[in-house]
Amino acid sequence: MEEKYEKVTSTIERRKERLDRGIKVRTEGIYAISSLEEVAYLLLPRLILITGLLLLPALIPSLYWKRVISITCIYALLALGFDFLANFVGLVSLGGAFYIGVGGYMAAILNKYVGLSPILTIPLATFSGAIICTLLLLPALPLRGVYFAIVTLMYPLAIARIIEALNILGGTDGILGVAGFPSRWIEQYIIILIIIFALFGLRRLVNEDIGLVFRGVKDNDQAVRASGLSITLYKSIAVFIASGLGSLGGAYLSHIYMWSGISQFALDFSIIPIAATVIGGGGTLVGPLLGCFILVPISEFLRAFGTLRIVFYSLILLAFIMFRSEGVMVYAQRKYHQFERWVKV
Amino acid sequence: MKEEPILQVLHASKSFGGVQALVDVCFEVKEGEVFGIIGPNGSGKTTLINCITGFVKMDSGEVFYRGKEITNRPPNYIANLGITRTFQIMRPYYSLPAYKNLIIPLFSPRARRKGGWRGGGKLGDRATVSIDILEEIGFERDSFVPYKLASSLPTGYLKRLELARCLALKPDIILCDEVFSGLSMSEIASMVPFIEKLQMDGITLVMIEHRLRELFRVANRVMVMNFGAKLTEGIPEEVMEDERVKEAYLGSEKLLDYTFEA
Amino acid sequence: MDILIYGIVNSFSLALMAIGFTLVYGISRLPNFAHGAIYVITGFGVWWFIHKLHLNYALSIILALVLMGLIGAGVYRFVLIRVRGMATSEIIATYALGLAILEFLRWRGFKGMTYTLPVFIEGSIQIAGVPIDLQRIIVIGIGIVVISFMWLFTHYNKTGLALRGMAQDEHAAMMLGIDSDWMALIAMAIGSILSGLSAVVLLPLGNIVVEAGYNVLILSIAVCIVGGLGSWGGAILAAFMIGFVQILTVRYIQSHFHMVVALLAIILTLILRPSGLFGRQKELEERV
Repeated sequence: MEEKYEKVTSTIERRKERLDRGIKVRTEGIYAISSLEEVAYLLLPRLILITGLLLLPALIPSLYWKRVISITCIYALLALGFDFLANFVGLVSLGGAFYIGVGGYMAAILNKYVGLSPILTIPLATFSGAIICTLLLLPALPLRGVYFAIVTLMYPLAIARIIEALNILGGTDGILGVAGFPSRWIEQYIIILIIIFALFGLRRLVNEDIGLVFRGVKDNDQAVRASGLSITLYKSIAVFIASGLGSLGGAYLSHIYMWSGISQFALDFSIIPIAATVIGGGGTLVGPLLGCFILVPISEFLRAFGTLRIVFYSLILLAFIMFRSEGVMVYAQRKYHQFERWVKV
Repeated sequence: MKEEPILQVLHASKSFGGVQALVDVCFEVKEGEVFGIIGPNGSGKTTLINCITGFVKMDSGEVFYRGKEITNRPPNYIANLGITRTFQIMRPYYSLPAYKNLIIPLFSPRARRKGGWRGGGKLGDRATVSIDILEEIGFERDSFVPYKLASSLPTGYLKRLELARCLALKPDIILCDEVFSGLSMSEIASMVPFIEKLQMDGITLVMIEHRLRELFRVANRVMVMNFGAKLTEGIPEEVMEDERVKEAYLGSEKLLDYTFEA
Repeated sequence: MDILIYGIVNSFSLALMAIGFTLVYGISRLPNFAHGAIYVITGFGVWWFIHKLHLNYALSIILALVLMGLIGAGVYRFVLIRVRGMATSEIIATYALGLAILEFLRWRGFKGMTYTLPVFIEGSIQIAGVPIDLQRIIVIGIGIVVISFMWLFTHYNKTGLALRGMAQDEHAAMMLGIDSDWMALIAMAIGSILSGLSAVVLLPLGNIVVEAGYNVLILSIAVCIVGGLGSWGGAILAAFMIGFVQILTVRYIQSHFHMVVALLAIILTLILRPSGLFGRQKELEERV
């Protein structure tokens, strides 16, 4: 329950009161399955989300925009990772591009030089990408949050420049001739399924016992250490998961465009997940998803304006942060679960 | 009470920049006793606990636990050996309900070893065990209190939550940093029997306290610190009669009559 | 021998870049990720004053620096003050701002080879048989001046002493009546001016490119981490260490390695000695 005070006239005071809706309270226990109405209350939002995602490609006719959906899902993987790390573990990951780039290059290398097909490269790139990213980020994990932010910021910028300067891994041209997907429908739907599983999987994870340890690390890491748990270990696990999601996105991206290059370390991949999380509602895991579905199509419209679109996201992000806006999903969830009314003091 | 010391601190020294927080502190704690550490503010008591439990690296000195050296080991290693501590400034996991606060220590290797948990989903073993522990320390089982968010609990409950966090690890020794501070008389009155119960269960307690009267009710021996150094140690009655101790607390100008009530 | 000379030049360049960043972080614990953006915008500002407003070079520099100070103060007053204390939001805010500025400049077409600033003094001289242009000598000179000035400022000027007090212990300083917000504002202003100054001195050696913004940010961060976040002496020492290693690798290994050196420096520092050369232990973890 929260309260806001307001003086309506000089003599009467009212306050705004927020209470959980009756149906929410009724659905909190096991008895939730006893009534159809309550089951609907719980299931409906999730069903809408899932069916919406699954139907989306069918509803969009243009091939170009169908691809945008896939790209949006890849961004959504990054945004999920960012929200998870920032709001459930306390690590701000400023360089999502790092995970995409590592995963993308791994997949391209595995495909072109080792000769594996996408069915194998994608899981392998996910796993190996996660290992590489976690190892590279390991030195920053026992330290305060700002070090992690600095290191994640730096890696994509530095690695992109290193690849360009040393002309390794294809240099500025990148690795060409990467295999694509067998069919358009597979390309379209696998990523949607992946994002659905990732979303619900993470939601489940943060409520499991290990998820509680992550949240404990965010709230008070000294207490976690005093409870006999190594925070470096659990932070590593969290980073492994988030970078795995990102690497998965990168690997998928390489196979969609059949190419892997420096642009996979581009700033878009770093800033859009952050903006999507802040706009969509941090801490909800579904907010970032929504944020991506808002921002990425807009980004496509703005492509004509060149890098102005990055200016655009940055400024929106800045505005949201400055005015401490809670984000769309947080607002929506609050409206769904609680109602407000004015109460006389 | 066994005679062999469970905890030995030898020549602990620590300085922060120019400030000498600990100066050559040596003491022993026997297994099963309640050992008090008292002294005016700034005498280094919390720093001592931080050094013993590995949160702060000592400049010099050694710490032994049952004869095994644990100097400057990481805090989670020390906790897994069975040495737990509470924090003076309580910071529970605010975003989690009270009982979920305990699931985190129950996740540690020690708790897993001692308790034999296997798996544990959302409503699995750990949640039940944590409710049990909460009941032991005074959260009413059938009320909504264990389910409230930690951010909405009053101080008395939070202090108990701190202790519960230690208990979840089935400790051999608990280092309590001012558990009685911030509590009302009735809350302390309900905590004291709990402390006595811990002692009866065989847990060694090292308690830093300012509330001397309450501490002396439970403590077997007491050590006094001042300006980072150990002044004296002994049973409470004797310690409080010591001139130096009176001087440390009250200053040498005033001579107040402090009578100790046993 | 030329390694020595160029090493010194490079080191001073790094020190100049980093000192603004370490100042702001040391005083208000704010990692200013817009540091590189300010560097670049100063360069373009001076260019614009010279070529579009046809102002005198020296005047343009002074104007640009004053403008940077105001921008830095403005950023603190209007943006950062709202997110003070929330570490995550501070980081994201300065990052977003830096990105917005740099990418805006990139969009406006400020890229490529066409933008340069003239050197202060033409020509070159020989030192111990090594030819070196005067601009680089000026870099060394300005570096020494800036470092000495900062040292004197923070030891003898009241405001400077207040800044040092804030850096050591914010709460103690506040108890002595030092206004933490005002100090942080001044720190941001001075930090921005320093960043601009380093731009003004270093950009004549090359072109003004937007990429420099990111490079400067990475290099400044590398220097500050190796030296210990918040330690000025450490930053200078680190600048020299990294500066010389960069010159050595450029000479003996390959010429594009300076970014690798910076990256490796950061990683090695975090692994081996996380608090940096002169950093304080408490920077690493929360106080218990």
